[in-house]
Amino acid sequence: MEEDRHIPQKADSLLDVDRTFRDRVAYTGRFLWRDWGGMIGLVLFLVVVLAAVLAPVISPYDPLEQHLQDSKMPPPWEEGGSWAHPFGTDPLGRDMFSRVIHGARVSLTVGFFGVLIAGSIGMVIGAIAGYFGGQIDSVIMGGVNLVLSLPYLLFVVFIAAILGRSLLNVILIFGITDAPIFARTTRGEVLRIRESAYVESAVCAGARWGRIVFDHILPNLIGSLVTLGTFEMSRMIFYEAGLGFLGLSVPPSVPSWGNMLSSGRQYLSSYPWIATFPGLAIVFTSLGMNLLGDWLRDVLDPRLRRSRR
Amino acid sequence: MQRYLLSKLGQSMLLLFGVLLLVFFMVRATGDPASLMASREASPETIERIREEWGFGRPLHIQLWDFLTGAIVGDFGKSYHFRIPAMPLVTERLPATVQLAATGLLMAVVIGLPLGLVGGFTPGSVVDSVGRFLALMGQSVPNFWLALIMILFFGVRLGWFPTFGRDQWNSMIMPAFVLALPTMGQVVRMTRSSVLEVRSEDYIRTAHSKGLEPRTIYVKHVLRNVAIPLVSVLGVQFGYMLGGSIYIETIFSWPGIGQLTQQAVGWRDFPLVQAIAVFVSVIVLALNLFTDLAYAIIDPRVRYGRR
Repeated sequence: MEEDRHIPQKADSLLDVDRTFRDRVAYTGRFLWRDWGGMIGLVLFLVVVLAAVLAPVISPYDPLEQHLQDSKMPPPWEEGGSWAHPFGTDPLGRDMFSRVIHGARVSLTVGFFGVLIAGSIGMVIGAIAGYFGGQIDSVIMGGVNLVLSLPYLLFVVFIAAILGRSLLNVILIFGITDAPIFARTTRGEVLRIRESAYVESAVCAGARWGRIVFDHILPNLIGSLVTLGTFEMSRMIFYEAGLGFLGLSVPPSVPSWGNMLSSGRQYLSSYPWIATFPGLAIVFTSLGMNLLGDWLRDVLDPRLRRSRR
Repeated sequence: MQRYLLSKLGQSMLLLFGVLLLVFFMVRATGDPASLMASREASPETIERIREEWGFGRPLHIQLWDFLTGAIVGDFGKSYHFRIPAMPLVTERLPATVQLAATGLLMAVVIGLPLGLVGGFTPGSVVDSVGRFLALMGQSVPNFWLALIMILFFGVRLGWFPTFGRDQWNSMIMPAFVLALPTMGQVVRMTRSSVLEVRSEDYIRTAHSKGLEPRTIYVKHVLRNVAIPLVSVLGVQFGYMLGGSIYIETIFSWPGIGQLTQQAVGWRDFPLVQAIAVFVSVIVLALNLFTDLAYAIIDPRVRYGRR
């Protein structure tokens, strides 16, 4: 790693008594950061995926089931709570633990399909712009720059308000508005790969553009696009929760983290756990995906060192 | 230099035209802007009245022409909710938002820049770990949630800061900090990586070998090169802050454009929404232009047209 060159003296392990304490702390920090970061990220991400997939199996209650006699119950470590509801209950007596688990489904669905759509559109547009260049490139990149120079969140909020609350709308909004980022990355990579010796040889050997694009250029793009996709998915999960918070994402009956935060805000001072746990779930997911993304970048794309970001 | 700035100016004008088209068609995307503006229970007569009042029944190209000619002089029609012209409603909210975003930007630089610089010079050190932790948190903690938690602890439980409004001197501290958090993380990351990159350059080694004081090297050679990417990050981040202010201003009842946006969306006041969209886009485009200008001042390569 680039960073290592600047540290001539490194402790080999925590037990290396010849080094100063600071060196050893620094070593531990580096070690955690480099290897454990990716591991932790992967574990966090897998936990969220499992929670989403197995939600009906592992959640103790139906997330929509109301028990009005148990409403506003705090988590077990506070006065009046019980382990029957580990995250407490909301004003309608719904179990927050089950709702948070089910919320993972909404977030991951939006993130996954949003990235899938944005990635597919962006990859095709970017590859066309990068491969053909000239006029096509100027027109496409003009549009891409237009969208990227807009105040993104503002327009997402407006479009969501215009189209109305539904899961499909949210996915489409993120899928389309996020495509330019994938297009820009793809174009840059295609421009680079197009100049490479193996593409030149393929052209000399008489390969047509379809073969060059699909057999030689696209496979080399996967690494950077998967990395970008991880970060963008985390961003979409963020923004979906934000839209839900403003009451513009999925319908209010759906247990999504954003919707829960939105109702938790009304009861913030009296029943703070209603807003706390869905927020922690977002932090958990986002942290996992960002750590995973950093790690994927190092593994899949050695040219983009971590220090470059 | 002049040619560079002129071409940037031309690009901005083109982008502005694109924004106007987008805003015009955005409201008409569902096919029936009149029923979009009416409440859900509105009778067909009400919808028809709105259609008459706003001229949605006229041919599209005439509507577009009216919209564009109005937009040039800042006329986006009357706010549906307030019944007065929409644009002044937006501009009177500007000072509050700029105050918040500028303070946030300042906080991001004052906290983020030193962490990034020290982290870049001593990778793996304790300060570096703090900086990277902050960067990771800025990326992973939703600031609208952090705002709620901070209100709960520093506002309600400890009573250190007011939890809403803009009346006291310390009203601004919590919203500005929360708004700045993602930017702070970006500043740390960006500064750190550019220091790491710059300090292994040949000219730094040359500077060392000709016996320059380390201080001179840091200030004259490293900092100047770090400033270039930093300026572009700050330009972009200011635009993000204007978007993020929708949440933060709503949560803290801060009377700025973000709060107005959230209200306008709630009221389905689309003339006001259009005015906000265009106004904020103009600010962001102007900021981009300003960033380009700052680029030209800092970076001689831009000034002499080698880019």
